[in-house]
Amino acid sequence: MVTNASNLGRSGLFDWLMQRFSAVILGAYALCIIGSFVVNPDMNHQEWKAVFESNVMRIFSLIALLALCVHAWVGMWTISTDYLTSLQLGERATFFRLLFQAGCALIICIYLIWGIQIFWGS
Amino acid sequence: MLVSIYRYNPETDLKPVMKDIEIDLPEGKDLMVLDVLELAKQKDSSVAYRRSCREGVCGSDGMNINGTNGLACITPISQVVKPGKKLVLRPLPGLPVIRDLVVDLSIFYKQFEKVKPFLINDTTPPAIERLQSPEDRAKLDGLYECILCACCSTNCPSFWWNPDKFIGPAGLLQAYRFLADTRDTADAERLADLDDPFSVFRCRGIMNCVAVCPKGLNPTRAIGHIRSMLIQHGT
Repeated sequence: MVTNASNLGRSGLFDWLMQRFSAVILGAYALCIIGSFVVNPDMNHQEWKAVFESNVMRIFSLIALLALCVHAWVGMWTISTDYLTSLQLGERATFFRLLFQAGCALIICIYLIWGIQIFWGS
Repeated sequence: MLVSIYRYNPETDLKPVMKDIEIDLPEGKDLMVLDVLELAKQKDSSVAYRRSCREGVCGSDGMNINGTNGLACITPISQVVKPGKKLVLRPLPGLPVIRDLVVDLSIFYKQFEKVKPFLINDTTPPAIERLQSPEDRAKLDGLYECILCACCSTNCPSFWWNPDKFIGPAGLLQAYRFLADTRDTADAERLADLDDPFSVFRCRGIMNCVAVCPKGLNPTRAIGHIRSMLIQHGT
């Protein structure tokens, strides 16, 4: 077994399942948004805002936002461990990989907090 | 026919070069790549490559033939070279070159060793042998035939990126060969060893392994079965 401390759930299976579950949630959310445009093509800003102010849509948006964060972290972590390795970068690989992962984690946190403010703010 | 061969001796050469050798092919015969290589060696005896059985059983002469991995002894030149074009031979990609077409397979064997490629059964053995029904034995078809030529693993981008962590298609085919064996009792331990982000889950389903396997095996399907077993045991 290859141990790793920075992947999402310490288990390959957990990360793999979460990536797929989050993809399904994001797909459903995308269909929901596209569907609302198809059903109401002449929607103005006020109507659009009202859709997202309903409690159901707020919860769904938050779940989709969390799914996006999970999906992004699993994906970016995988990219970093595929391309930022000692084979490509030599001894400096660990530094650059951790820097990249920390940067991704920071951006994901910012998007999560910002998203919650947008969907749940007044 | 022009044969372009990768030449490199890490002890004396600064970098690898491709060397062209002109070969006279016998009329009306479709030679195997290994035969052409033997003819090339008659012109330049310093060309280094592995070979043994010359019938696709030993797996020694795995190499990159015009961009695709394969066994030189069972690959006809008509299959890989268009008329008038040259035959380009390189070592298996992603592994350190020892000399010319000979690569260091240590890391490939290390990954193979990780999957414990032997039967584990702690129960008392019967007097003669552990019996298996024909149906259970049939589950091993398509798994046991692997000759460890390394064509699949060295054609896999995930193995190029993480050869020290990702077991690779050849090793995982063998892992499933023992997971599928009804005589083996170590499924739980075997699966626990594979449940990390690298060993199995680095497989992206690219299926290069399936495309190049000289024995026509399907490591991607075996990896899918391992994933299913991990889900059954781990959720």
